Amino acid sequence: MANDKPNQPQDESRRRFLKYSGTAIGGVVLGGVIGGLVGANLKDKDKEETPAAPQTATDNKDYNQALMFFNQDQFLTAEAAAERLFPKDDLGPGAKELGVAFFIDHQMASAFGTNSRDYMQPPYYKAEATQGYQLVFKRRELIALGLDALNGYSNTKYKKPFVEIAPEEQDAVLTAFESNDIELKDVPASNFFAMFLNLTLEGVYADPLYGGNKNMAGWKMRNFPGNQMSYTEYIEKEEFVKLEPMSLHDHLELG
Amino acid sequence: MATKLPKVPVVIVGMGWVGGIIAAELSKAGISVVGIERGKSRDTQDYYHVHDELRYAARYELMQDLSKETVAFRNTMKMRALPMRTYGSFLLGDGLGGAGVHWNGQYYRFLPYDFEIYSKTVERYGKKKIPENMTIRDWGITYEQLEPYFVKYEQMAGISGEKEIPSNIGAMSTPFPTGPMKKSPGMKLFENAAKKLGYHPYVIPSANLSEVYKNPDGVERAPCQYCGYCERFGCEYGAKADPVVTVLPVAKNTGKFELRTHSNVTKIIHDGKKATGVTYVHTPTGEEYTQPADVVILAGYLFTNVKLLLTSKLGEPYDPQTEKGSVGRNYAYQVNGASTSAFYEDREFNLAMGAGALGSSIDDFNGDNFDHSDLNFLHGANIRFTQTGLRPIQYQPVPADTPKWGAEFKKATIHNANRVLSVTGQGASMPNRYHYLDLDPEYKDAFGMPLIRMTFDFEDQDRELVKFIAQKTKAIADEMGATKTEIHDSIKQYNIVPYQSTHNTGGTIMGADPKTSVVNNYLQMWDAENVFICGASNFPHNSGYNPTSTVGALAYRTAEGVQKYLDKGGSLV
Ligand SMILES: Cc1cc2nc3c(=O)[nH]c(=O)nc-3n(C[C@H](O)[C@H](O)[C@H](O)COP(=O)(O)OP(=O)(O)OC[C@H]3O[C@@H](n4cnc5c(N)ncnc54)[C@H](O)[C@@H]3O)c2cc1C
Ligand code: SF4
Repeated sequence: MANDKPNQPQDESRRRFLKYSGTAIGGVVLGGVIGGLVGANLKDKDKEETPAAPQTATDNKDYNQALMFFNQDQFLTAEAAAERLFPKDDLGPGAKELGVAFFIDHQMASAFGTNSRDYMQPPYYKAEATQGYQLVFKRRELIALGLDALNGYSNTKYKKPFVEIAPEEQDAVLTAFESNDIELKDVPASNFFAMFLNLTLEGVYADPLYGGNKNMAGWKMRNFPGNQMSYTEYIEKEEFVKLEPMSLHDHLELG
Repeated sequence: MATKLPKVPVVIVGMGWVGGIIAAELSKAGISVVGIERGKSRDTQDYYHVHDELRYAARYELMQDLSKETVAFRNTMKMRALPMRTYGSFLLGDGLGGAGVHWNGQYYRFLPYDFEIYSKTVERYGKKKIPENMTIRDWGITYEQLEPYFVKYEQMAGISGEKEIPSNIGAMSTPFPTGPMKKSPGMKLFENAAKKLGYHPYVIPSANLSEVYKNPDGVERAPCQYCGYCERFGCEYGAKADPVVTVLPVAKNTGKFELRTHSNVTKIIHDGKKATGVTYVHTPTGEEYTQPADVVILAGYLFTNVKLLLTSKLGEPYDPQTEKGSVGRNYAYQVNGASTSAFYEDREFNLAMGAGALGSSIDDFNGDNFDHSDLNFLHGANIRFTQTGLRPIQYQPVPADTPKWGAEFKKATIHNANRVLSVTGQGASMPNRYHYLDLDPEYKDAFGMPLIRMTFDFEDQDRELVKFIAQKTKAIADEMGATKTEIHDSIKQYNIVPYQSTHNTGGTIMGADPKTSVVNNYLQMWDAENVFICGASNFPHNSGYNPTSTVGALAYRTAEGVQKYLDKGGSLV
């Protein structure tokens, strides 16, 4: 059986689901809406008799780590800034190691980066804080200009780009942006900061599918189990249950 | 020119819970129904990869596309309303099943008090108790009248709840069809603390099934797996009651129901007395159609219900200056913000696990279940502990005064990820003369029609309610054996940025008086007898509860009204 192999966690997922739903559902014959799901799982279970194709790629390059939107400077600045917001420590990796800058780059290249599902019709007016985001900037414009501004500000103040100044200096620059302590020509500094912080946390904790949270290390630090099929067996338990996390990749059923 | 289609008996605008229930009831009775839905079709297969916090919770995969349509907002009439450009305060449904796909499934019948709030307040405290500009009124229907329709919804959806319910909530003629959800340790701590204080906790009635259930229509569904991806997600198991796995397949099986997706209704066609049909745009092609019908039912959630009446010039728009007219009045919401967080240094809880409707609650401080004589507010809140599944992007628990980023922030969020239980109040929202919906003078949707403009703020009533309820949450949390507790007891202005709830109410309210309400107690429009409007838009105020139980009951009532109307015509009251 393929699910004897340690690196085939999707099999584990199906097996567990069947086990739990089996206990939960008992012997009832399933009609209606879930017939399809359980049927599909059963079919796949039969199929598992054929072993999965052996892993042929031998190098461990991650071909997903390349740039879709940022230039090199913006990428490196994003990486350094994100690392200050979520630094490596004895609990585990920081933003850099988790691939957060790749995550942000990929998000900026996506429909989210161009605000394609937001209301962007003019006119734009100055808003009260209760009325939310009312800037003309698309997210990708705000982030790219903001990263350039981090560099520009560091260059003026410390005569070095952001990536080359000391961590404490980087924190001071970020704090100045956060609290809008600076006048920038092109960019609303605190808006940029808030969005960048948000993106950083998303990159730490989103499914690894999106380029961050590398190897689910963000989840592991928090003991977050990712996405399991069922918790019916654990929900009443008094003690804390640690589970090896699973990602969406583990649920993919191809062919 | 719009293409004119053959006439049908009934056309429904919107295929969420309301549209789905009415479609099923009418088609089962042999009446032909066309259901028009602006979004796409859906089924449970779409959710095999749904456990994705970024896509569904942070990027709002299942919600209305705001680039096409949104709402303009201002706190007061003195401000300029601006469009809600990105999501925040509430999340609008779109596509088959509407918000009934990504809801939690917490199920609460409104209190008997709610339906007669004006009379009962006057009776107990006198007229003076009601502050100036608070426009509470009786609903034109009583709890007892609505009771059989609650039962219908419960049997259809398979609501899971305790057999015995506390006596301070509405009596049930028929018990819940399935038993309560499982109890997590947090729920036990909450219930024990509440009991110790003399309150009456119960497991939240749930539309996430606790066990296999076959409903009276023969639809069988699997039990909830407590998967933790429920609120903002669709349920791949069909365990969460959702129109797509309950009422819509039943309607389809009758052969009397035709569904048209990707079709956005832009107008009600009428002659001032009766509607003759609706106009809609098929969004992929941009082609326009008119669908003539004997009965037009608006089931598009309150923003659409109000907007179609106003843009089609049906009914009289509400004017807050003169208090004349009724379309758009009594917009209300939900007053959240009262809560206490309990931090545990000595233990961790399985908080990633949970279900949308998993939790326990009390109603000892909801409705008029406590004496308001010396209090500066009316109504109250359902106080609860819920375990809906906490996910790491959107949940960053830290004690007050923790920095918002950096090493300390990282440490605190990781340390506290599974150590905080929150006791929260879901507060009622009383209507106000100056809280209303109308058409925005400036901003337009993708079809060139004005956006709905919302004018809404929190008032002293709301701030007082939060202050009082917060103390009660603290008292309970303090009994829950935590290392320390932190109270949150103040709200300021209403802010459209943070998510609060998708419990928007009012705008086409029901009542006994045609002058101050839009529909009668069959949800039939006073000004056009063949138009029925149903949803939380019918609520004259919002209770300290989630709305869908009452919405569902009203939908069954509407279906009955439409059948009566098709039989004999005329006003039903
Ligand atoms: C995250 C979340 C959690 C919730 N949790 C709970 C809960 O626990 N308990 C509870 O009681 N309630 C809850 N709710 C609220 C609940 O989802 C709604 O009360 C309920 O789904 C409303 O049903 P409806 O049919 O009135 O409207 P909707 O579900 O909004 O359906 C309206 C439908 O009409 C369509 N439509 C709108 N305009 C047009 C048009 N012009 N032309 C064609 N079609 C149109 C929409 O696309 C939509 O499909 C929650 C909501 C959200 C968003
Ligand atoms: S928590 Fe339960 S009802 Fe909700 S999506 Fe998961 S399995 Fe379905």
